[in-house]
Amino acid sequence: MAKVTFDKDTCKGCGLCVGACPKGIVKLSNELNIKGYHPAEVTEQENCIGCAFCATMCPDCVITVEK
Amino acid sequence: MVVFEKPKALTDAPLHYCPGCTHGIIHRLVAEAIDELGIQGRTIGVASVGCSVFTYNYFNCDMVQAAHGRAPAVATGVKRSDKNNIVFTYQGDGDLAAIGTAETVHSAARGENITVIFVNNAIYGMTGGQMAPTTLPGQVTQTSPYGRDTEAVGFPVKVCEMLSKVDGATYLERVAVNNVANVKKAKKAIKKAFQNQIEGKGFSLVEVLSTCPTNWGMAPDKSLKWLEENMIPYYPLGVYKDKYAKEEE
Repeated sequence: MAKVTFDKDTCKGCGLCVGACPKGIVKLSNELNIKGYHPAEVTEQENCIGCAFCATMCPDCVITVEK
Repeated sequence: MVVFEKPKALTDAPLHYCPGCTHGIIHRLVAEAIDELGIQGRTIGVASVGCSVFTYNYFNCDMVQAAHGRAPAVATGVKRSDKNNIVFTYQGDGDLAAIGTAETVHSAARGENITVIFVNNAIYGMTGGQMAPTTLPGQVTQTSPYGRDTEAVGFPVKVCEMLSKVDGATYLERVAVNNVANVKKAKKAIKKAFQNQIEGKGFSLVEVLSTCPTNWGMAPDKSLKWLEENMIPYYPLGVYKDKYAKEEE
C-alpha cells in the first residue's frame, strides 16, 4: 500500500501539493508547525495511490512516498 | 519501497525561500540530476547573486560564490582548471539577463563546456520586486506600478532566443515548473544539460520559468496559473538549439 509522509516542521504550508494530488486527499492541517505554518497532511492514507505528484510539486522536499 | 525522497545532492538545510517559491523545485531537479548521473563527488556549483545567493548552503557539493552576474566567468575558470570537474551555475534573471548578460553571451560564444541553470521569474525577487529585464510588457512591479511600458523601458530579453543565434552554444531549452508534467520535462532537460557536459559537448543552458508569489502578490497556486497564462505565451517552451540532435536520431 502506498504511504506518504510529511516532514511537518519543514513544511511552509504553500499548498502546491494540495493542488497536485489527483485524489484530493492532501490538505493543510488546522494545527501549526514549529515555524507557524499550517503544514500539509494526509488523513485518508488508504486512498493514496503513491503517484508522488505532491512530492514532485513540493519546493521544500517535505514529502517522502513509499509504495 | 521508497518511490520519492529528498535527493542526496541536497543538504539538510531548510530552504530560505518564501512559501510556494519554485526555486525549491528547481534545486531538487538539479540535485536529482547530479544523483542520477553519479557525479556528486566531482561537481562544483557556482552560486549567483539574488534569492539564489544561498545555494551554496543547499547543494551537497563544492560551491563557489560569484560576484553579481559573473557566474559563467567563474565557472569557465573552474572548468578550465580541471576538465574533469562538472561545473554548473545557478542564476536568476536579474543575475544572468541583466548584469551578467556579457558573461552569459561570451561563455556561450566561447562554447565553454559548462551547464547553466537559468531561473526566470520575470522580477527581481530578493530586492523586493522591481522590474527586471525579463518583466513582461504591462506587468506591474514596484518600479512599474502602471505596468511595464515598452515605449519607455523597452522589451523583455528572451535569453534562449538570443543565444540560439550564438554559434558556440550547444543546447538551449526553455522549460517551466508550473505543473507535474512540466516539472518532469524540466528534469529531463536539466539532466540532459549535465549529460552534455559529461560528454564534452559544450555550453548548455536550461531556462526554467519560475514563480515569485511574494513579489507578484499572489498565492502560490495562483502564481502557477499566472505563469501558465502569462509567461508561457510570451516565453514559449521548447528546445531552441540542440547541436547534436541530428546525430542522435
